[in-house]
Amino acid sequence: MSARALIRRIAASPRAAGSALVAPGVLWLLAFFVAPIAIMLGYSVMQRGVYGGVEAVLTAEQYRRLVDPLYLGILARTVVWSLACTAACLVLGYPVAFAIARARRWRRMLLFLVVLPFWTSFLVRMFAMIFLLRDTGLINSALLALGIVDQPLTLLYTPFAVLLGLVYGFLPLMILPIYTSLERLDDSLLEAAEVLGARGFERFRRVVLPLSMPGVVAGSLLTFIPSLGSFVPSDLLGGAKQAMVGNIIQNQFTVARDWPFGSALSFVLMLVVLVPVLLYLRRRDTLEVKTR
Amino acid sequence: MSKPARTSPAVELVGVTKSFGDTRAVDAVSLAVEPGEFFSLLGPSGCGKTTTLRLIAGFETPDPDGGEVRIDGRVVNALRPYDRGVGMVFQSYALFPHLNVFRNVAFGLEQHRVPKPEIPERVHRAMDLVRLEPDRFGSRMPAQLSGGQRQRVALARALVLEPRILLLDEPLGALDLKLRKEMQLELKALNRSLGITFVYVTHDQEEALVMSDRIAVMSEAKVAQLGSPAEVYEDPRTAFVATFIGESNLVSGRAVESTADGWVVERGPNRYRVPRHPAIVAGATVDLAIRPEWMDLFRPGEVPAEENGLPGVVHDVIYLGETIHILADLDGGGRLKVAVRNEGQLAKPVPWRRADPVVVAWLPEDCQVLEPE
Repeated sequence: MSARALIRRIAASPRAAGSALVAPGVLWLLAFFVAPIAIMLGYSVMQRGVYGGVEAVLTAEQYRRLVDPLYLGILARTVVWSLACTAACLVLGYPVAFAIARARRWRRMLLFLVVLPFWTSFLVRMFAMIFLLRDTGLINSALLALGIVDQPLTLLYTPFAVLLGLVYGFLPLMILPIYTSLERLDDSLLEAAEVLGARGFERFRRVVLPLSMPGVVAGSLLTFIPSLGSFVPSDLLGGAKQAMVGNIIQNQFTVARDWPFGSALSFVLMLVVLVPVLLYLRRRDTLEVKTR
Repeated sequence: MSKPARTSPAVELVGVTKSFGDTRAVDAVSLAVEPGEFFSLLGPSGCGKTTTLRLIAGFETPDPDGGEVRIDGRVVNALRPYDRGVGMVFQSYALFPHLNVFRNVAFGLEQHRVPKPEIPERVHRAMDLVRLEPDRFGSRMPAQLSGGQRQRVALARALVLEPRILLLDEPLGALDLKLRKEMQLELKALNRSLGITFVYVTHDQEEALVMSDRIAVMSEAKVAQLGSPAEVYEDPRTAFVATFIGESNLVSGRAVESTADGWVVERGPNRYRVPRHPAIVAGATVDLAIRPEWMDLFRPGEVPAEENGLPGVVHDVIYLGETIHILADLDGGGRLKVAVRNEGQLAKPVPWRRADPVVVAWLPEDCQVLEPE
């Protein structure tokens, strides 16, 4: 069959045409998403080769190594920081999203400002934080010059610095989905609530907040997931003592050349992300069935 | 001070003005709605009717020195909507999409801290009022309801608080014709049985005529005319009211002669009689509005002596079912529409064909003299 005849036959059948349109994406995902995860899973149950790489010996050793107070501590710290980052982004981002959704004239400009940091590389932005936070940085220089402190504050290489970096890096990912859900909110719902007796905070609690929950959840996932896997902020702003799981994983692949252990860590991290997401998706599906 | 007398209007606007930037949305509007009345604000979009309703609800406040909004005789300019004792039904229904029907209706009760055990009973009563079976609909989400059902939920949600005044902003606009007519009668019946004052915004003149005790016809931020449906339909005072409510032929001429029972008005080579009216000044233009159904057609020379007549030719005959419209082009310009009852075009067709010479006639008392706008 000639190529032209094949195309004609595919176009003639809606099902074949659909499959043909979906095929490139599916193949792409299989090759570059499913396959790497399978490889990772495979490596995580193998042994480290003498000169790096892996040796095809089936073992649960990597996962046993993982159950070590050191690694579990780092994993716990990573989760706690990511949760803290998500909470901070939510507290800071919700009012901003609310203000942008309410702004009539400046809305586009404000949205542009929220997205603006994405125009610069994440790495560069984290470096910029160093210039802000270090002993001779902008903040300390200003505080010293104003005579508020007489010795530079230790800001860099602290948990605070890491958290600041994480929040700074991921805040827009919280603002945008919340903004989207608030922007769609019909003003007449608020008016209806008001005429039914709901004062300011009650209107927020009973109407605005529940209706913006999809945005809150999406924003939380969008900040929580990348901050779990991040390693740049903790590396640049936290120094050696504030390692996150991402740093350990990176280390296994680049310095320690222990691919199996790195794979096992990555896999556990993935599960940590996957479980809350799946729980949320299930909940949302049942919710949607209710509202349809 | 004694408590407000029973006679004070349910809602009263006194010289109320509201501007948005440079535009006056409501311009020195004064009106009084009697307790229990079904009162409509009628006008085309942008006439200020919705803003007027929102001023009563409290979503808008009059300009500084922009007059007073009173409810039951009390000035409420500074009160928030929840302190005004009004209920409102919104154009888009504004049902809370995340709450089921029961919780939508219960919302106001919860906000007013009605004791929990009382809530189900009151919700059921409100749903019964609007003929929504509580057991069947209570647990449904708004998205699962038809337009008419949502409308009923919105009504129940407003009525459950037993407001003295119910404000309705084009509540039937999104419904199909048949349902709309049904709901019109139902709303009217609710107004009568509950004794609640209804203030109803609509752009649909027929709807306003069907339901209202009185209508305020609005145009360009002002009240153009206020009266009963019969008054605004049969005695429109301006060309706007005459053409917005139903159809009207506008005929103008010059007052040339005062007679014992009125004026003689000249229009080109033709003359006709107009009853006495304070707006008519000798030598000045006289504008008349005449309903198509109050006009008649005659062959030239057959017009009865007591009728006025303007000669022309038939432009078109339009079949509408219940009525037939005959458009006549007058000699010297202008087109009039005459409505005749359809008595069966198959058996008894109207005797008019295109280009027939014709005289459009009416009785002098069947015209309305319009005031200049």
